[in-house]
Amino acid sequence: MKNPETWVDEYGDQLYQFAFTRVHDSEIAADLVQETFLAGLKSKDRFEGRSSMRTWLTGILKHKIIDHLRKKNREYPVTDIELYVDTLGEFFDKSGHWKTGPAKWIANPSKLYEQQEFLEIFYQCLSGLTSRLADAFKLREIDGLSTDEICKVLSITATNLWVLLHRARMKLRGCLERNWFEKEVMKEQ
Amino acid sequence: MMLSCEEISRLVSDSMDRKLPLAQRFAVWIHLIMCKFCSRYRKQLADIREIARKSSDLRQSAIKLPPEIRDRIKRNLQNSLKDLH
Repeated sequence: MKNPETWVDEYGDQLYQFAFTRVHDSEIAADLVQETFLAGLKSKDRFEGRSSMRTWLTGILKHKIIDHLRKKNREYPVTDIELYVDTLGEFFDKSGHWKTGPAKWIANPSKLYEQQEFLEIFYQCLSGLTSRLADAFKLREIDGLSTDEICKVLSITATNLWVLLHRARMKLRGCLERNWFEKEVMKEQ
Repeated sequence: MMLSCEEISRLVSDSMDRKLPLAQRFAVWIHLIMCKFCSRYRKQLADIREIARKSSDLRQSAIKLPPEIRDRIKRNLQNSLKDLH
């Protein structure tokens, strides 16, 4: 069979990038990537070629990442402080009105994700979130897990999760507006 | 009962993960018609969802597998390959 070293050369960077953006630790990311290749080696006969090799390996990696997050969250469960103290008071005044309402976004979202510059801002904004908020958001929006599935991974209730997602989205949106869309408006002028 | 923008923003987010009860869906709908900020917010959350979903497929050039780690993984794979046969 094809030398596994070529797998590492061909897919190593992409898998490592993906793992690192999820676990923020180079050693853990490296371990997950290695486990992914090992698992791929063992079950390569089951790879029927329906998707690309990269997609298949990424699928294995996603499962490994989820297992890792599950263990981590069992070890360090969400605290009440995290859930109740961090409010969104920076966005709304006492009567619940926007302090600064969302601006009109000019760019076309369908084209945005193709722009490397934007993606860097996007990932920077994501890394500005606490890991709890970022994990919840990424499990939902990048991995596409359901509420139930995420609750099992993070050891939280559905209500907790919706609070986390609401905060993640509010903060992320604000960061993107400040660091990208507002600057796009200035370019237009 | 009129809901504030803060409450509406919470419901808009929730609606992305679960089906809101009819009364809440209606309250949100009415508010969005009248409030351009919350209307933009809803659209922007949908945009972010689309971006997040597609972005993971694309390469991020900055992060690379460090060479020592690359070599270590290759060695470990070779060893495992021997064990498998």
